[in-house]
Amino acid sequence: MDKLCDAKTAVAAIKDGMTIGIGGWGPRRKPMALIRELLRSPVKDLTVVAYGGADVGMLCAAGKVKKLVFAFVSLDFIPLEPFFRQARQQGQLEVSEIDEGMMLLGLRAAAWRVPYIPTAIGLGTDVVTQNPDIALVDSPYDDKQWLAMPALNLDVSLIHVTRADRRGVCQIASPDHYMDDWFARAAKHTIVSCDELIDTEFFHQEDVARQVFWERAATHAVVHIPGGAHPSSSAPLYGFDVSHFKAYAASAKEQNFSAYCQQFGIDTSETDYQKMVGGLEAIQQLPLPVY
Amino acid sequence: MQNNETATEFSLAELMICAAAEAFRHDGEVLATGIGMLPRLAASLAMSSFNPDMLMTDSEAWILSSPNPVSGRKSGDIQPCETWMGFSRIFDNVWSGRRHALVGPSQVDRFGQANISALGGTYQQPKVQMLGVRGFPGNSISHANSFFVPSHNRRVFVEGECDVVASVGYNPDRLPRGYAFSEIDIRIAITNLCVMDWGGEGYTPRVISLHPGVSLEEVLDNTGFALGAIENLGTTPIPTMAQLDIIAKLDPLNHRAKQLPDNPPGIRS
Repeated sequence: MDKLCDAKTAVAAIKDGMTIGIGGWGPRRKPMALIRELLRSPVKDLTVVAYGGADVGMLCAAGKVKKLVFAFVSLDFIPLEPFFRQARQQGQLEVSEIDEGMMLLGLRAAAWRVPYIPTAIGLGTDVVTQNPDIALVDSPYDDKQWLAMPALNLDVSLIHVTRADRRGVCQIASPDHYMDDWFARAAKHTIVSCDELIDTEFFHQEDVARQVFWERAATHAVVHIPGGAHPSSSAPLYGFDVSHFKAYAASAKEQNFSAYCQQFGIDTSETDYQKMVGGLEAIQQLPLPVY
Repeated sequence: MQNNETATEFSLAELMICAAAEAFRHDGEVLATGIGMLPRLAASLAMSSFNPDMLMTDSEAWILSSPNPVSGRKSGDIQPCETWMGFSRIFDNVWSGRRHALVGPSQVDRFGQANISALGGTYQQPKVQMLGVRGFPGNSISHANSFFVPSHNRRVFVEGECDVVASVGYNPDRLPRGYAFSEIDIRIAITNLCVMDWGGEGYTPRVISLHPGVSLEEVLDNTGFALGAIENLGTTPIPTMAQLDIIAKLDPLNHRAKQLPDNPPGIRS
């Protein structure tokens, strides 16, 4: 089965009102080219589930988000994501603020097709008081109260990987694949962008196959976009773009996301965008961060 | 190497690093996570001196046999990896309870509840949106936690409850059914003025040592809630020369000097 398609075709699977999951973590390995494609589409009223970075900030700024399920939204070296912050401070967003681990459990519940997973996480905090839809339950085995983390069933997931083949076998060669395997498994339809499109033979070595974290059956569309994680990182290929994030944050100061989109060609195409940020070679030379 | 002489010249940041390292002294084989440069140096100092059994990550995706320096490393430098420890696996460790986090909340209340989520306004429209609750809820109900507070004042140590309660504390009104305070493990808070814990009567907060040159009155004036003090309240231990040596090796570029405004000396005049 050939799952290769262009970004526009892939993103067309996302319809108004859908729940979408976004892989990556903060400013790290986010499917930003797919997000930019989504910004160019007319889709609205999305529920977004993510370990958020600029993906969440941009979708908020563009008015695409009806509801956000989050534990944090951050660019790491810029701790507070500027457009997410504005959206919250303007009271625009419906939110479900949960613990990072609760999100993992919710994705697992969806992947495993169970309605919830019991946990102690969140008990005693405002996660309980501010999420009236999350139930506390009794256990058949002890006398304690447990939080029933509901399945985070996703219509579509967007994930950026290092390499993929046309059949949807995905390699994440970065040090961490984050929760991307669970985003892939929790979704009915998973769209993957990859820096490099490779032949299936590439995986015929055990150490490479060990970096494939979900089966190709959980990948439904493959989009080949070298540099597609920019301005987030795609280790080991390139780091995140500090100066670009600074420009992005500066545009938030002016409360002017459309100026940012215009300045960097986001309104027109990924080709224009990459030109405006200095070209693919410049992206691929961005140094990896040292933690 | 073992120079246990106390230092005569040291910064407040170094005093706080050494005081915070004490949080991990008796932990044994737990994963210590210091969020931020000074907390990370504190954990690294503990692992490099009195608790070599500790576990630490590279703050990215690997458990290390010995801590990485916090400055002067280059991308691609070889590091002493022990095992992979990506974020999903971190939670396996968190929920096992074998972890001790040293975190820097924006608000802490008398119950030891903490906030990094949002400040002021309403929940729907906060005045200042911060990070979100991150891992605080799960950390606080799963394992030991200590707090690192670089600026001890009434905006951090609030009079009432935190604006958003991101981590569980010793609040009887929020204690989940079937749980006891003894299951919640808040260790110490290291501030720029003192070290505190929640070891008072009924898990109430108290000062356990004052930094050199700081009075109890100054601490109380800068705390929004009632604060006890242990009997025979003493001074926070002065760093030893050996500790300062280790810290200098862990932070060769002296980034620790940039963490507190004006890098004040450890002994206030």
